[in-house]
Amino acid sequence: MSWFTRALNSSIGKKFVMALTGICLILFLVIHLINNLTLFGGPELFNTVVKNLDNIKPLVRVIEIILATIFVLHIFNGVKLWWENKQARPQSYAVNASSENSSIFSRTMIYSGSIIFIFLVVHLRTMWVAFNFNPDVHTNHTYYEYVSAAFREPLYSIAYIIAMILLGFHLNHGFQSAFQTFGWNNKKYFPLIQKVGFFYSWITAFLFALIPIYFLSGGGQ
Amino acid sequence: MNTNKLNLTLRIWRQKNSNTPGKFVDYKVSVSPDSSFLEMLDDLNNDLESKNQEPIAFESDCREGICGTCGLVIQGHPHGPIPRIATCQLHMRNFKDGETIYVEPFRAKAFPIIKDLIVDRSAFDKIQQAGGYISVNIGSVPDGNAIPIPKEVANEAMDAATCIGCGACVAACKNASAMLFVSAKVSQFALLPQGQPERYERVQKMVKVMDELGFGSCSNTYACEAECPKGISIKNIARMNRDYIVAKIAKEEVV
Repeated sequence: MSWFTRALNSSIGKKFVMALTGICLILFLVIHLINNLTLFGGPELFNTVVKNLDNIKPLVRVIEIILATIFVLHIFNGVKLWWENKQARPQSYAVNASSENSSIFSRTMIYSGSIIFIFLVVHLRTMWVAFNFNPDVHTNHTYYEYVSAAFREPLYSIAYIIAMILLGFHLNHGFQSAFQTFGWNNKKYFPLIQKVGFFYSWITAFLFALIPIYFLSGGGQ
Repeated sequence: MNTNKLNLTLRIWRQKNSNTPGKFVDYKVSVSPDSSFLEMLDDLNNDLESKNQEPIAFESDCREGICGTCGLVIQGHPHGPIPRIATCQLHMRNFKDGETIYVEPFRAKAFPIIKDLIVDRSAFDKIQQAGGYISVNIGSVPDGNAIPIPKEVANEAMDAATCIGCGACVAACKNASAMLFVSAKVSQFALLPQGQPERYERVQKMVKVMDELGFGSCSNTYACEAECPKGISIKNIARMNRDYIVAKIAKEEVV
């Protein structure tokens, strides 16, 4: 093994990959959210935004491949770490006092992450595939109509909202955790990072969840 | 002196050796609130021995919270539910009459159980032997202020050096990670001038051995800091991460 793969396979290396890919995904979510919020501007605005993205398809495809790689690294490393960490304690305690010494967000990353992963698969299947390949949606640029119809399905919308709450859970721990892993924990600015992480995660989760709530409650008719 | 004795049920983990599965055994005790936790176990052992029964194996040495030998998981907390103390400093006045108290050993793959509540913590020695020292000759005691070290830096180094190596961080961590211990041992030298020559070599060597011994990875739950009897800060873990990343990117590779 070269020094590079050895470093990435160490405990700190694996954490570092989680943190770096996590921060990339956090930045991606900001861009994704800004795009989604144009839904509130009505069909014309949203359809134009998506059409413009369609016009730069080769660039979008490259970004998509990079993004997919980041997702795969984050998920693969996360599951690997979870499995290895489980092996480090073969016999569990009879009394578990973890709720008194750590936050629920930090202890449930594998669960919130797994549900977000399931959401991601469904999300790609319903939204991404339709936007790219559904002749009706893609050729006629009826993205807004497709999205609003999808979110008027109560079951789909409620599942979406639950996934967003768990996204909030995941980000609430992940944001500050990434900085700790990078070693950027300084008494002057770490409290600020924690605050920014808290607001970022819950505002992001809330705004994403606002979209199904909007359509479900009859908005955009 | 409080003369009202506490009647407690101790649910203690008994395990013959590392190969035999263990189980909880209940013991009824009546104990003074002024007794320490370990004194209570001593009394219980005297009692068991007088009945020709096998006493409960547990470790202790200084009994004043500085040697790091004692370490029991009491009610799910390493060193018991009171923060910033070792098991030997825990007193029975912190428990309620009639309570059932679970007493378990530290549980981690890297800390195999030897007997009952005693675990083998020699994994920590192996990590220390990998680099937790200074091998350059620093000569005799220097003149006062000959090596200028700012007070805040000295404080931080001393805070890291208060780690007693008890292993409570491993016991508390959901991943049985040793990163708080290792980071304290890395930091106490990384902060001081005497530790600089081997700074990046040390962190690589110690992390490598830590990984080989089967400890988990840190997932930043910060349970270790909350349970540490000396209150070692997770800022040390950040420092270790930083030094390790810098070492791997820019410094001589240590295999």
